[in-house]
Amino acid sequence: MIDYQAPLRDMQFILGELAGLPDVTALPDCEEASPDLVAAILEEASKFATGVLAPTNRQGDLEGCRLEGERVIVPDSWQSAYDQFREAGWLGLSLPPEFGGQGLPKLVSTPVWEMWFSSNMAFTMLPQLNVGQAEALLIAASDEQKATWLSKIVSGEWAATMNLTEPQAGSDLAATRMRAEPTGDGDYRLFGQKIYISYGEHELTPNIVHLVLARLPDAPEGVKGLSLFLVPKYRLDADGNPGEKNDVRCISIEHKMGIHGSPTCTLSFGDTEGAVGYLVGEPHQGLKTMFIMMNEARFGVGVQGLALGERAYQSALDYARERVQGRNIVSGEAGQPILYHPDVKRMLVGMRARLLAMRTFLYTAAGWFDIAHHHPDAAVADRHRRYVDLLMPVAKGWCTEVGNELCDEAIQVFGGMGFVEETGVAQLFRDARIITIYEGTTGIQANDLLGRKILREKGATLRELLDDMRACAQAAREDARLTELAEGLEELLEGLAATTDWLLAQGKEQTATLYGGAVPLLYQLGTVVGGWQLVRAAQAAQRQRDAGEGDTDYLDSVIALARFYMATYAPEAASHARVVRDGGQVLAHFPEAGL
Amino acid sequence: MKVLVAVKRVIDYNVKIRVKSDHSDVDLTNVKMALNPFCEIAVEEAVRLKEKGVASEVVAVTVGPKAAQEQLCTALALGADRAIHVQTDERVESLGAAKALAKVVEGEQPDLVILGKQAIDSDNNQTGQMLAALTGRPQGTFASEVVVEDGKLRVTREIDGGLQTVELVLPAIVTTDLRLNEPRYAKLPDIMKAKKKPLDVKTAEELGVEVGSRLTLVKVEPPAERQGGVKVGSVDELIDKLKNEAKVIS
Repeated sequence: MIDYQAPLRDMQFILGELAGLPDVTALPDCEEASPDLVAAILEEASKFATGVLAPTNRQGDLEGCRLEGERVIVPDSWQSAYDQFREAGWLGLSLPPEFGGQGLPKLVSTPVWEMWFSSNMAFTMLPQLNVGQAEALLIAASDEQKATWLSKIVSGEWAATMNLTEPQAGSDLAATRMRAEPTGDGDYRLFGQKIYISYGEHELTPNIVHLVLARLPDAPEGVKGLSLFLVPKYRLDADGNPGEKNDVRCISIEHKMGIHGSPTCTLSFGDTEGAVGYLVGEPHQGLKTMFIMMNEARFGVGVQGLALGERAYQSALDYARERVQGRNIVSGEAGQPILYHPDVKRMLVGMRARLLAMRTFLYTAAGWFDIAHHHPDAAVADRHRRYVDLLMPVAKGWCTEVGNELCDEAIQVFGGMGFVEETGVAQLFRDARIITIYEGTTGIQANDLLGRKILREKGATLRELLDDMRACAQAAREDARLTELAEGLEELLEGLAATTDWLLAQGKEQTATLYGGAVPLLYQLGTVVGGWQLVRAAQAAQRQRDAGEGDTDYLDSVIALARFYMATYAPEAASHARVVRDGGQVLAHFPEAGL
Repeated sequence: MKVLVAVKRVIDYNVKIRVKSDHSDVDLTNVKMALNPFCEIAVEEAVRLKEKGVASEVVAVTVGPKAAQEQLCTALALGADRAIHVQTDERVESLGAAKALAKVVEGEQPDLVILGKQAIDSDNNQTGQMLAALTGRPQGTFASEVVVEDGKLRVTREIDGGLQTVELVLPAIVTTDLRLNEPRYAKLPDIMKAKKKPLDVKTAEELGVEVGSRLTLVKVEPPAERQGGVKVGSVDELIDKLKNEAKVIS
């Protein structure tokens, strides 16, 4: 496996020219993120990713995790990597300064987390859980709870977990059975079992803080009866240090196809007297807190798609440059690196085009998060909040699916050596397979997109977005050199507008048809958004070129990537659109006996 | 004890070097630049001396264009307390750098100056030695260990065929070898604090020193591309080829 090198040039280009770093820096509470500071942070993060995290990736995969009694043993190198990561302060990057973080905008933290995921995803899930939990506690915890737990979570002194899934409650959390019984002194005792708990048990930190969804005795049925509890592995003594062991144990870990370095635990709460827990937020409001967090968490998984795709691309490119095989189809020259075979080149250029599309989309969306959180004008903040909400299922659903495609294609570039584990691309492929599943499968994302994000508001935000994208196409029209791209985008937008009209024209009786086409709808929107972002990228590249700035080879390649995407991936939007309508139709009436 | 650390902005060691098409120089347009690795070791050593309580202040200094402030920021993030930038757009060679540094030494009066033994761009290995001569201070070059004891400096030097330990009277000059230490990664809070640390900018003219180039660069050529090798059938054949074709043994 080649060393991972963070794609700093792409990152800087997108941050500065496309995702609006200058605008974000102008927002209140974001002033510190000056371009030179951001450059210094990215630079140092890339060194850390390459020097510390990337070298442990394969070893973690080979070694995996094991259960010894109730102890979970993680890969050997994790302790040192985690200690260095924590001591370097990376955990607090985007978290609030009052709890020890650096409070930098999401736009800055996104490329940094991309580097962590590229270099070692199984490891990075550990600190990622701290960030997720810190965000949940910030939303819902009492001041006293924040004072007790939050600084330790932000610093990484203690690790964190999220406990949602139970054997009968996966995508459907309404089926949650975990019980929480009040003790009478303000605390609760929890009883039940949670499964698929990433880093549910390990000895990397002196304590682990579990956030657990459970039902109170008087809880209403379904999702409106779920409350959130904080359950530490060790209860705190009078000085606030880990003391007595709580009634939580790991009873098994999963044997998985990927992310071997991340222990996936089954946790049993309350085998004896009940696990002591503390209610976070109001009773029965647990899911609401989880949902606020969910956008952030799903976005993070979308970034994993980009990150794994990037590493797969780097490996494939490196291999294609070195592997000599066959004759040049044009010149007949022997001893050619396979990069010069048109089909291998097609795969690599296609990978890079989709990486640029995803990265521009995700960073731009990260900028929207910041504007939504910090913009002083409520209308502007609200518009960006709605964009984030609309496109979050696309960021998660589309980028993870494309990320999987890229890992798959990287193996194809490697040929037989890709199927052999030692090259490392097989690991990327195996690791990537979970990302279209956890934090809501692609199907769940697509249902969310169709139901909550489009139908419920009668397509209002989607139409607003369409107008924005049309304005982009219009601007591209005005530059004769970009006509081809403008036409490509216009065609994508016509198709999307037609799909939107059709969706909204269907009555209740068409529900099965609509949901049968939800995933193709998500693909169509993803493909359109990708095309839009690449047209923006090409415009920015042309602008820089005209101004005589930047590296012309690089800028030309950006324009060529946009053109390649328009020629190859964009046409798929039309076929997705057909599946949305016609596929859903056939599916709705397909006889069950036919399966 | 005050420690001055000299640092240089160079092409990043990961970058594949390209020569300009007219062979006038190395092509540096849009190329990633970084802190010279030996200078990073020098900064690390100074910061460790401070952490041990031996040094009280670490001052980083560079001689170069405005962009070299990025490398000063790196040094500040790694633990230097403040920085001095001798700004010039001239091409700085060893002697020019040494003269500028000598002026800074005159003003700052550090007890110890630490430099990388060489920069990975021109590989001259001269500036430290020239600075020692210009300031009349003792020098310990190619250091693999530096110990301060009783106001004296014990420097272990990596020399051909072994190690040599010299004792120097302070104030002194030290240049670092590769094995002196392993530089740390900068911590995020320190990167953020670096921006707020003092950075004093002076021009070479203000210091009254001539840093300009004294050499004429005639031509830059990339090294010859490696030619494909051949497989030999036996040790005898190898020896024969080494003797008669390569003529490296007789």
